Amino acid sequence: MSLWEYANPVKFLRLSERVQPWLWAGAAICLGVGLVWGFFFTPDDFRQGSTVKIIYLHVPSALMAINAWFMMLVASLIWIIRRHHVSALAAKAAAPVGIVMTLIALLTGAIWGQPMWGTWWAWDPRLTSFLILFLFYLGYVALWEAIEDPDTAADLTSILCLVGTVFAVLSRYAVLFWNQGLHQGASLSLDKEENVADVFYIPLLVCIGGFVLLFLALVLYRTGTEIRLRRTRALIAREARSAGLHAEGA
Amino acid sequence: MPDLGKYADAVLSAYAVSIVLLVGIVVLTVWRGRRVRAEMDAVEKRSGRNG
Repeated sequence: MSLWEYANPVKFLRLSERVQPWLWAGAAICLGVGLVWGFFFTPDDFRQGSTVKIIYLHVPSALMAINAWFMMLVASLIWIIRRHHVSALAAKAAAPVGIVMTLIALLTGAIWGQPMWGTWWAWDPRLTSFLILFLFYLGYVALWEAIEDPDTAADLTSILCLVGTVFAVLSRYAVLFWNQGLHQGASLSLDKEENVADVFYIPLLVCIGGFVLLFLALVLYRTGTEIRLRRTRALIAREARSAGLHAEGA
Repeated sequence: MPDLGKYADAVLSAYAVSIVLLVGIVVLTVWRGRRVRAEMDAVEKRSGRNG
């Protein structure tokens, strides 16, 4: 069985509806357990006090804000190269979820920054590239809404997605190569021997799992909605054409 | 409720904002999905009737 079979909307919807209950349930369990664990059962940090509890929202949402854009990039490339409508619709479906993730990361970052840095906002490389990523998300959604022909909209938004990827990469790596900012280095890294202390790290991983599952559930559900909306519009257009033919015949 | 000390406002507002946004996107997504599904079912039924 080839992955490309799921470019067929009917097969995609069938598979998507089978896995979605598991994704929703997994997201609810991981988020419930992770956030309750992090909020109620982890100690304060010796420097940051109780504000360390914001990490369970800030880090997973920031991670998903960037990864949502990368998922849109992959879907856009599939659209550009193979012209599968489902992939274009999946990219469209992911954008509002990415907006919410970016907004959570920006807001929780500002709320966390105020007591720690003494300011809500600084034109720090990571913060600035994140704000630009947020604006790219808004532009992406606006472009989809502004263009009536869905294939043209998919073409232009795919190009916008390629351009915006620069800022998604910058958001991810700005702290590594721009050292003049206020923002600390990455809290989690595969190549670091030691991440944050285990007492924070394990509930953080559970929360990240919850955000990933919630993102997948939302994107699959929203892609299904986009596929149905496209079919509805096609049926309405067919009705209008046949009504026109009947009127001409009469 | 844990003792959040002098940062209680910051921590609670971060959680409140995030939970409102997460619940908001889930509710909007499901509401729109149901509306579109009902619309498609109605159009399919009408199309089937009209041949």
